[in-house]
Amino acid sequence: MITIEVNDKKLEAKQGETVLSALKRAGISVPTLCYLDGMTPTGACRMCVVEIDGFADLIPSCAFPVSDGMKIQTDSPRVLNARKTIVELLLANHPDDCLYCPRNMNCELQNLSEIAGVTDRKFLAKKSEHSLDFSSPSIIRDPEKCILCGRCVRVCEEVQGVSAIDFIGRGSRAIVATAFNEGINVSNCIFCGQCINVCPTGALTEKSDIKNVLNAINDPKKTVVCQIAPSVSVTVGEEFGIKLGEDVAGVMTSALKQIGFDRVFETSFSADLTIMEEAAELVSRIVNKGTLPMFTSCSPGWVKFIEQYYPQLLGNVSSCKSPQQMLGSLIKNYFTKSEGIDPKDIYSVSIMPCTAKKFEAGRGEMGLDGVDDIDAVLTTRELVKLIKMKGLDLKSINPMLPDDPFGDRSSAGKIFGVTGGVMEAAIRTAYNMITGEDLKNLVIKEVRGLEGIKEATVKIGDLEVNVAVAHGLGNARKVMESIISGEKNYHFVEIMTCPNGCIGGGGQPIGLDLDAVRARMQALYRIDEKEAIRTSHDNPSIKRIYDEFLGKPNSEISHKLLHTHYHKREDILV
Amino acid sequence: MSMTAIEQVIEKYPEARREYLIPLLQDIQSLEGYLSKESVVKVGQHLKLPASKIYGVATFYNQFRFNAPGKYHIQVCRGTACHVKGSSSLLDTVTRELKIKPGQTTRDGLFSLEVVACLGACGLAPLVCINGEFHASVDNKKIKKILKGLTTEGKKNE
Repeated sequence: MITIEVNDKKLEAKQGETVLSALKRAGISVPTLCYLDGMTPTGACRMCVVEIDGFADLIPSCAFPVSDGMKIQTDSPRVLNARKTIVELLLANHPDDCLYCPRNMNCELQNLSEIAGVTDRKFLAKKSEHSLDFSSPSIIRDPEKCILCGRCVRVCEEVQGVSAIDFIGRGSRAIVATAFNEGINVSNCIFCGQCINVCPTGALTEKSDIKNVLNAINDPKKTVVCQIAPSVSVTVGEEFGIKLGEDVAGVMTSALKQIGFDRVFETSFSADLTIMEEAAELVSRIVNKGTLPMFTSCSPGWVKFIEQYYPQLLGNVSSCKSPQQMLGSLIKNYFTKSEGIDPKDIYSVSIMPCTAKKFEAGRGEMGLDGVDDIDAVLTTRELVKLIKMKGLDLKSINPMLPDDPFGDRSSAGKIFGVTGGVMEAAIRTAYNMITGEDLKNLVIKEVRGLEGIKEATVKIGDLEVNVAVAHGLGNARKVMESIISGEKNYHFVEIMTCPNGCIGGGGQPIGLDLDAVRARMQALYRIDEKEAIRTSHDNPSIKRIYDEFLGKPNSEISHKLLHTHYHKREDILV
Repeated sequence: MSMTAIEQVIEKYPEARREYLIPLLQDIQSLEGYLSKESVVKVGQHLKLPASKIYGVATFYNQFRFNAPGKYHIQVCRGTACHVKGSSSLLDTVTRELKIKPGQTTRDGLFSLEVVACLGACGLAPLVCINGEFHASVDNKKIKKILKGLTTEGKKNE
């Protein structure tokens, strides 16, 4: 420990940490902009400047190490003035359309402008003129609103290992764009949306489906149904002042009913179904000496990633559609028949923590006979907007249960929302399929937690099954390389695109709040702990759908409706 | 340039080191006249760099082009002397006449346009250089005439 002096008060700091980290720990607030916790500091925006004795210039605290006896001023007139000027310069060519911006009231630039005390446009620069990139089904780029902080560039490179975007050009003409400034739909972007979560302004947003969904709801001819992903119910509460990590599934279901959805279903139900199909596929691959390791296919960003970078391993990807697509397919091909609804009069919406799900819903491999599995995908953020638009208060609604026939779930289907959850659920069911009995201890500790890559060996009968779990595609890449080099021999690998799994998805509330992500994870595991049905094969609705419709896992009809295949992408600049 | 030609350039730099990026791009451009998407992807595969990063580096420097040069490559000087002598309006005229911006090539492949900082012949300002040939004291009228002449000549030879 070393001692530093901040604003004439003595503070303890750790050798080697940055000034900013010491200040934060002491509760001294310093505004930041380009800074991202856990990633390379660049000191690019200069928002976090402080005065340090012995230095003539102001020092960016995020990129400067503390040293013993350092004397720091964080609130001197010179510092405050510099920060204000920085904001004023950022605003010089920033569009003035805050009222119409998707990030209105949730914009870091607005906040900084408020904190710095900016009251008028001090500098007027030429407006940057760049067209909106709405080429992709998931992400909209508006370079005019970009302030070049570079957070999206770093997340894309350092967390996801994709680098779809980078700084293009130089000086006042620089923008953040894809290679050859192409539309993002033909780039190597995997549509995970992590860039949206870290964007301080409205330069990166999801392509909203709210209007289409409302139009369908307002159309009396349409039966509008929705499904909600496992991680959404442990997240939305945060946006309505409910404490972190509280499961609001019940009130969310009734809110969706009040919004106008005719039926509300659980994606966790089809997560159970995915487990039945995927576990059966895994067992069959092991027994019949098929291609191993098998990779999960629930995360559409990951699927696009492997199509682009490891096409030689596409045979390892499970042929199962993701839970979203499975339920979509059942709604269009089973529910409509049992309810006597014309498939063209049904509008199927999924509510996901994910922007890549929008891309997945439109993939050519999905759907049957020209009918899409899913008609619209809303992110958690869009759901929050919808609830607010309808003036609903989650704190004062009576909870409801989701609807039959896709309302029941096991807790195994619920933990799909967190890294390791698919693996845990799959092992529980695969164990049962092979041995005929359930695991004594259903909790597989080694695959829980937020570590980037997790490994475990599970004994199923006489068989030792080696598994790996990775989240964030940077970690996925490491796992792929270790498999290709022959260093690792796994049977089953779970990959989730986003850091920490769907609970940290690119469609979740803006910001990278690790405390919130942890609370969401604990909420999912609490549900798993206290519920009676903890394995997918014990879900009564799953038993019923196999009895009445699908026959058995990997049957002909389930292959037609619930499975698909992916292909190498040739058209992409990687 | 064919893919094998690009591969031959890449073979000159067998080690995949990041510092070879700019020399590689320069070699490719001097052979091909520009950096095609295919060549950027190839270089990326060799150096294990994503295409966006390479494009980012290449657009940082003025020397790299991303469109195949036209039959007539027009360089308009925007150096200080040429600026004083009215090269701004000259550039406007060229972009209006050819309907392309600097860095682009006309659809018929006849003309490409580049802005250069100084060609080192300030006494001849404002200066336009076409396929290496200097045209001195060019005004709006003169450049229109030159372009018209080249259009006829270019189309005739096709």
